[in-house]
Amino acid sequence: MPQRVFIQTADFDLSHEVATLRADDGGVGAVCVFVGTVRDRNAGSPVSAMELEHYPGMTEQSIEAMIDAAHQRFDIRAARVIHRIGLLQPQDQIVMVAVTSAHRGQSFEACEFLMDYLKTRAPFWKKETAADGQQRWVDAREADETALQRWGV
Amino acid sequence: MKLSIRYFASIREAIGLSQESVETSATTLGGVRDELIARGGAYGQALARGKAVRMALNQVMVDESAALSEGAEVAFFPPVTGG
Repeated sequence: MPQRVFIQTADFDLSHEVATLRADDGGVGAVCVFVGTVRDRNAGSPVSAMELEHYPGMTEQSIEAMIDAAHQRFDIRAARVIHRIGLLQPQDQIVMVAVTSAHRGQSFEACEFLMDYLKTRAPFWKKETAADGQQRWVDAREADETALQRWGV
Repeated sequence: MKLSIRYFASIREAIGLSQESVETSATTLGGVRDELIARGGAYGQALARGKAVRMALNQVMVDESAALSEGAEVAFFPPVTGG
């Protein structure tokens, strides 16, 4: 099976990722891609940088399990997840979830399912640097947990 | 039994360690959390009851009732904020 989960410091190219995901699969009729990026503000305060910590090993394993769950739940053909770690700047890409399916409905849903799952269960932590140089850990949002609950997991 | 304990993000910073080996008589994850809290100081504060602390056993997220086994890898961390 091709590698499905990539945890990396390097940036990624969307066109290349989509092309790779649907290469040699003539059954694909829909590709749904979500990209998360670094905002330049959080709760009204300017953000000058963002650092991402993770739990090596568990990160890959947990996202693999999420992709397995997406395959069980939705009629999708393939999925690919990239999550960056290390130091990022505002407007940088952080995360990509790409899903292919025969028809659009399943890939739209699976993409959202994977993101909701990843936001609340994959072991990543964000630390922001404010404009004045102060650093702080980003708080988890209740809304993310609520988003996962609607899938009944 | 012997456990390997890992700490991440704000909990790692508060305790000042990312990893340690501990000998425990606890049988569950909650039990080992209690032992660590009983050390007091930064441990008591970072892992205090009522604080949002998430746990993993052998790299799978679990709750405090999870049963420990010899050589297990246990992790304590705040709610995740990736994506």
